[in-house]
Amino acid sequence: MVKWTEKERSTISAVWEKINIDETGPHIMARVLIVYPWTERYFGSFGDIFTVAAVLNNPKVAAHGKVVLTALDRAVRNMDDIKGVYASLSRLHYEKLHVDPDSFRLLADCITISFACKLRSSLDPQTQATWQKFLSAVVDAMSSQYY
Amino acid sequence: MLSKKEKALIAEIWESLSPVAEDIGSDALLRMFASFPGTKTYFSHLDISPNSSHLRTHGKKIVLAIADGAKDISQLTVSLAPLQTLHAYQLRIDPTNFKLFSQCMLVTLACHLGEDFTPIAHAAMDKYLSAFAAVLAEKYR
Repeated sequence: MVKWTEKERSTISAVWEKINIDETGPHIMARVLIVYPWTERYFGSFGDIFTVAAVLNNPKVAAHGKVVLTALDRAVRNMDDIKGVYASLSRLHYEKLHVDPDSFRLLADCITISFACKLRSSLDPQTQATWQKFLSAVVDAMSSQYY
Repeated sequence: MLSKKEKALIAEIWESLSPVAEDIGSDALLRMFASFPGTKTYFSHLDISPNSSHLRTHGKKIVLAIADGAKDISQLTVSLAPLQTLHAYQLRIDPTNFKLFSQCMLVTLACHLGEDFTPIAHAAMDKYLSAFAAVLAEKYR
């Protein structure tokens, strides 16, 4: 279990509070598909995701972004049991969806950068470091049921 | 692989950031030191506290080298030759750290450019920084 200081908890909550899931979720998913196009392999049922314009206008991409951030919300509200929060999702991504766990790291990087575009100078170096520590825990938890 | 459009976009972005090279460079370094404390081990001979003149000078050097490479990306192996030698034989920085710095540079760019750091710009920049890092490490072995 990851240990969090009070300062880290409040930093993570402060970042999260500034994020609107409906607005930012779609951006994140679009970003990962555009910056790391090989992740398209997991989204065969999404229709056209093969050009930047198609990705940016695809409603299924947008919807999935909101799903991802909604799950992240559960982790923010249960920081002492992130593994527990993600156990069944991890199992699902391994057994049914067959997702390379490295993809979670790519998505985490896109989350950080999307947030940086929105939060700008309020995502200062120390805040970024703390937020990335949180996302590392999430990525670890998403990988935990792969065996 | 970088398209013509991407190369032009990358050159344009770095051109516009060159006047603030010190700010961009020191910000990226500070982010890297905060997120990846192991990287500080390469800087024991410098004062890397926020706003120190060492940090700003060093940050500026790095950004100007990246900006210079962006002017003609197809010639990276030529333009980076001296830096390749420096990094391989003197600095001997483990190349994994280039990835860490690149990631922090992307965050710096996102914070600086805001919504202008579009997914297209992000993709192009990520590719460029990866190529830059790969060329930088070419003489290591």
